[in-house]
Amino acid sequence: MTDMTDTTNGLDISDVHIVLDGRELLAIDTQVPPGSVFTVMGPSGSGKSSLLNLIGGFLPPAFSASGDVLLDGKSLLKLPPHKRRVGTLFQDALLFPHMSVGGNLVFAIPSAVKGAARRAKAEDALASIDMAGFFDRDPATLSGGQRARVALARLLLAEPRALLLDEPFSKLDAALRGSMRELVFRAASERELPVILVTHDAADAEAAGGPVFQV
Amino acid sequence: MPLAMFPVLTLALLLGPIIAGLAATFLPAFGYFPALGGEEFNFEPFSMLWNQPGLWQSAWLSIKVGLVSTILALTITALFLAGWHSTRSFRAVQGFISPLLSVPHAAAAFGIAFLLAPSGWLMRFASPELTGFTRPPTYLFPGDEGAWALILGMTVKELPFLILMSLAAWPQLRADKKLQVAAGLGYGRVAGFLHSVWPQLYGQIRLAVFAVLAFAASVVDVALILGPSTPATLPVRLLDWMNDPDLSKRFLASAGAVLQLGLVLAAMGAWLAVEKLGGLMCSSLAASGRRMTRDGLVRRGALVVTVALVAMVVLGTIVLALWSVAGFWRFPDVLPQAFTLKSWSGQSSQALRVLGNTFLIGGLAVAVAAVLTIGCLEREHRSGRDGGQRALLLLYVPLLVPQIAFVFGLQMFSLSLGIDTSLAAVVLVHLVFVLPYLFLSLADPWRNVDPRFAQVGAGMGHGPNVYLWRVRLPLLLRAILTAAAVGFSVSIAQYLPTLLIGGGRLPTVTTEAVALASGGNRRIIGVYAFLQLVAPLVGFVIAAAVPAFLFRNRREMRP
Repeated sequence: MTDMTDTTNGLDISDVHIVLDGRELLAIDTQVPPGSVFTVMGPSGSGKSSLLNLIGGFLPPAFSASGDVLLDGKSLLKLPPHKRRVGTLFQDALLFPHMSVGGNLVFAIPSAVKGAARRAKAEDALASIDMAGFFDRDPATLSGGQRARVALARLLLAEPRALLLDEPFSKLDAALRGSMRELVFRAASERELPVILVTHDAADAEAAGGPVFQV
Repeated sequence: MPLAMFPVLTLALLLGPIIAGLAATFLPAFGYFPALGGEEFNFEPFSMLWNQPGLWQSAWLSIKVGLVSTILALTITALFLAGWHSTRSFRAVQGFISPLLSVPHAAAAFGIAFLLAPSGWLMRFASPELTGFTRPPTYLFPGDEGAWALILGMTVKELPFLILMSLAAWPQLRADKKLQVAAGLGYGRVAGFLHSVWPQLYGQIRLAVFAVLAFAASVVDVALILGPSTPATLPVRLLDWMNDPDLSKRFLASAGAVLQLGLVLAAMGAWLAVEKLGGLMCSSLAASGRRMTRDGLVRRGALVVTVALVAMVVLGTIVLALWSVAGFWRFPDVLPQAFTLKSWSGQSSQALRVLGNTFLIGGLAVAVAAVLTIGCLEREHRSGRDGGQRALLLLYVPLLVPQIAFVFGLQMFSLSLGIDTSLAAVVLVHLVFVLPYLFLSLADPWRNVDPRFAQVGAGMGHGPNVYLWRVRLPLLLRAILTAAAVGFSVSIAQYLPTLLIGGGRLPTVTTEAVALASGGNRRIIGVYAFLQLVAPLVGFVIAAAVPAFLFRNRREMRP
């Protein structure tokens, strides 16, 4: 069966079933081509985040899953989480509180980039989100919108091959939400990344523009 | 070393010495110990033991101290929490609880002795105006025959421990909701607490209560300072036999240690009955439906007793410090006539030596315990499995088995192997007691790190080792150093293991202070007891200062 799938780019969610305590939470079979967004909608507690946990490699032991997930033709599920090159954006920015803003960004840059180029790359990333000069700042002093932007910049600096969005806009206030959505989806399509968005907000699904799956 | 080895190695280092020590206590108790000429099993050591004068009085005192001090400490804990939780008075007392816990038992005991003795500080405050005494009265304290001074000393040290364990369990109980419901049904504060929160809370701290009971029933250092001498409690007499130059007394001591183990088991059995009785009383009270809204007297009583016990340790430490710098100090005077550093300068070289030993032993034990604990917790995190209730029980084993029953065996063990008492042996025995406290302090902060941080790290392509060193350990630096400080204070307080395994060649501030107890030179005792108080503080100061400096520009890293 590999010869049928290994030419596929993007995410291939192949006949995935996620089960908790004998109860099936999810059954999905779909393909997410590069640059497109696949939205999973459902109320909280419906288990929609378990799909992201499965793909990211953090499905709690109480859950069990069957099927396979392929990224650019290669199966992800047998790889350890840090080899999957899948980046997740959460509803909290989750900037590491013991590092500076710049420290967070440099930490994400692949080790192939060496020496002074690392800092330069982080400074460029800050400039691209209108936060030039924030390198040495304490993340705790940023506004909610600034944190969300730094989290996105950090995610992209790690050069992921797919994005997982776990209700990333739900804690932002209405004014910020629109601009953040635009920033995230534009970044994903520019980089031709397949995206899975989990949300309970219909406006998110509409902005994403791709197919919607209801749990 | 592969991570999977950490739990195995930890258990081996934790339980190995206990099992080996118990075995080496039991064999000579039944006459078998070839190194001392005991070639075959017999009951001679026990018949020697039964013939010791006052043996049953000593045994009874040990059980009495264990049960009475535990009941007192637990009752005060329950009533104080019931009457005062989430009030201003409670928070005021709470501020004293953690520092109090780091005061070594022996130092607290000296403080109480210096405070309540006939020529103690309280008597000096009251004399001669209130009492009419111009020379010290002659009541026997410490050292009263009924061991009440000892019971007081143990209660004072157990109370902060039980309060702290209760506070740690509190958040899981959703107590505030339950108390609201009980108040809504018209129950008074204390009754509402006893019916709705206490049964579950007790379930959470039950192991700690048993640890307290076992410790109090077999304590040596506090008993040497506050306990009776005619006869002494059994553990004190055991120590005498163990240190007797006549090596054949070791058989007697082994039999006594087996008896001590039996006494602790009996006390635990009696405690099960106490639990039943307490449960019955609570449930019949609940069934009666009495609201007990007029509980002001109980509440105020609990506050007064708690504050008095806390104040006793605080005043005790002050009077210890005073004695260490006292010149001539006549009886009814509240303060010495002159202050001098003579006691300090006279002891300076010896004091530096024992401080050096104290920090060396404690530092090594804490370092090993911290590495093992972190290895176990990281293994748990990566495998997604914690040891559950069984692992928790194993951690408590060193706190439940009476020290004297296996530490003495360990001494015999090393004797038979011909190992000279060395620093490594002392550190390994300290580790047995340091590790559980360090583990219990660090486990919750470790498990409470937001698991999504690990997902963020993996999304960046960082493997678990990079995540451990660059994220988890820095995030937990404060918690790790605090747990290390707790472990360090546990090491400093060790008397029996240091004395028996170190063979007197590695004196620490605690063994030195307790050794001075019988001499009664208050100025020199003041010096060493004060050092006992200060040494653990060093650990807590480091735990506060280092993260505060490293993360001075990181607001979310503040406590």
